[in-house]
Amino acid sequence: MVPAEQVLCNSQYRPEMQGVDVPGGIYAHIAGIDIVRDDAGEFRVLEDNLRVPSGVSYMLENRKMMMRLFPELFSGHRVAPVDHYPDVLFDNLRSVAPTGVADPTVVLLTAGAHNSAYFEHAFLAQQMGIELVEGQDLFVRDEAVFMRTTQGPQRVDVIYRRIDDDFLDPLVFRPDSMLGVPGLLTAYRAGRITIANAIGTGVADDKSIYPYVPEMIRFYLGQSPIIGNVHTWMLRNKEDKDYVLAHLPELVIKEVHGAGGYGMLIGPAATKAEIDAFRKQIIATPERYIAQPTLAVSTCPTFTGHGAAPRHIDLRPFVLSGRDITIVPGGLTRVALRDGSLVVNSSQGGGTKDTWVLET
Amino acid sequence: MLSRTADHLYWMSRYIERAESLARLVDAHHRMSLLPHSADTLAKSLQSTMTALHMDEAYNERYDAVEPRAVFEFVSLDRDYSGSIFSCLRAARENARAVRGSLTSELWETLNSTWLELRSLIARRSAPDIGEFVEWVKKRSHLTRGVTIGTMMRDEAFHVTRIGTFLERADSTARILTAHQGDLIPGADAGVVPDPYEWSVLLRALSAFEVYRRVYRDVITPFRVAQLLILRDDMPRSLLRCCVAALLRCCVAALLRCCKEVYSNLKSVANEQSSETERRAGEMHAMLHFSRMEEITALGLPRFLEQFLTRLRSRRSHRVGFLVAPGGGLSPCRCTFGTKPVTATSGRSNTAYKVCT
Repeated sequence: MVPAEQVLCNSQYRPEMQGVDVPGGIYAHIAGIDIVRDDAGEFRVLEDNLRVPSGVSYMLENRKMMMRLFPELFSGHRVAPVDHYPDVLFDNLRSVAPTGVADPTVVLLTAGAHNSAYFEHAFLAQQMGIELVEGQDLFVRDEAVFMRTTQGPQRVDVIYRRIDDDFLDPLVFRPDSMLGVPGLLTAYRAGRITIANAIGTGVADDKSIYPYVPEMIRFYLGQSPIIGNVHTWMLRNKEDKDYVLAHLPELVIKEVHGAGGYGMLIGPAATKAEIDAFRKQIIATPERYIAQPTLAVSTCPTFTGHGAAPRHIDLRPFVLSGRDITIVPGGLTRVALRDGSLVVNSSQGGGTKDTWVLET
Repeated sequence: MLSRTADHLYWMSRYIERAESLARLVDAHHRMSLLPHSADTLAKSLQSTMTALHMDEAYNERYDAVEPRAVFEFVSLDRDYSGSIFSCLRAARENARAVRGSLTSELWETLNSTWLELRSLIARRSAPDIGEFVEWVKKRSHLTRGVTIGTMMRDEAFHVTRIGTFLERADSTARILTAHQGDLIPGADAGVVPDPYEWSVLLRALSAFEVYRRVYRDVITPFRVAQLLILRDDMPRSLLRCCVAALLRCCVAALLRCCKEVYSNLKSVANEQSSETERRAGEMHAMLHFSRMEEITALGLPRFLEQFLTRLRSRRSHRVGFLVAPGGGLSPCRCTFGTKPVTATSGRSNTAYKVCT
């Protein structure tokens, strides 16, 4: 279904994971699926975030803020609550502990206070009542992971990691990583620890794998996808590449490993020089890019410096996979605060909105 | 609790306490600077205080002479000097930020808003009024302490936080005494009459001025009256010696109180490896509790203080993270809080925001 080289030659592919059976066979314990609504009113999946999706704390904090500012809106509508997300997440993480662990200890592994998502890490750890650890707080002995506590070493069973694969274990991945835990992969391969999300999910997160997802659903589940994809040209294919190069000013070009709204070209908004620069890069390394039509993504009235105005939005619901698959009725709605902009990423001046699912 | 968390909490409270101690010192000297004819005493007191706090070197790099206004600015607001009140409040906030999950939200918001207010104070075009500034610092420290006691669960995290506060206070008291010991050793310079204003600085810097007055007015009123008269009129030394001893008692009591608190808090966080630490803290407590002022005087105040500070520091070798660095500048701490370091880690520590050295 998926060409082998697209997995095996993927820079996110981790050969270290060969022969590893992860607990429960679950890799993407926490998934953030970005969804948009196009001009036909259809919801479409824009991309799958399967590495370390972030932003869930905004969902929770936005709701808290809205309830404080506009209590009358909530008394007049039946808005499904989202506050139980940390409980569901905690349950989910405990349910994927290595077999034989009766009362698993879960920790959240952060890169530290200087990470841009540190607030979310600290917030989630506090809400779940688990330790927020840095790499230096953990160590591996006899293929088991421990944290250093004031009462001595304490065994850890599940690591909800918020750092990338590359930094997890300096003995296996980047040797210069100061954020990871030496020997972590040994414990992982021995089945003594669960890492959520699993190592290597970056392959599925990759934008060049994304076009195959509907096919995967049909193949593995025997069902039709409920939410379709956005049409995607894979520039590794010659005819796709030719089409895209001829229509650059109309299309959105994305780097397959790009994140945070970087490494992309929005044709209609780009200058001629930007388009030419991208054209050169595409010709040099076409496999690094995909293209999608510029969608007339739906807008939402947004308070700006000049009163309410339409701004483009997308939605990221969070899917938790463990014993069950759970979605809390809400998600992160991101809004592009600049007029006409389609880039909703917070690193590029995007904002967020509270998202309601109404109960009937 | 994670060892690193204990470490951050400990330093968080130490830095807040240190900011307050510095604010008191600045306040006391600032008041003194408003009095006529005290310029020399003031300069001398500033000099000896900065020496005792190991601030003199950094100050001399920046300024040519000990000038009160410059010293106040330096100690309060110097952004580049790691020992200033500004830097202490920043370090306290950074340590808190690293473990904000272990703090109550009230405590985190208190520390964070202290930092935000400080930044906006600094951002104003005109320099803040020193008197108002130190008053603000003291209030924020009081508030932080109150919120700590009022909202935190009485668990390890709380006790570690309190230990930080009391050890810093003991350290600071001992250092301030060291700065003024020249005036407090009876008989050392028999012919020299200490300046009463300098004493008031010492008492005020330890927030002991009112306490002292109240205690001694109630207990020996004539003595207090005589003292005041004698100081103004250069009366005989023998009486002076008495009041020096009284002053000292007052200060040593403050030390004792600090150590008592440290000892009782330590017991709550005891673990297998901490018995040696606990023994030492108990020993220190006993040393102060059962000492007589006469013995301390016989030993000599400088030696007594030196021994006290050495004991305070020696805990570092016992891996409890109670680090009182020899210099006023702080040593990077690698607190393992009683646990043995296990396996070879990279040997780094994130001291960049933990301690500003």
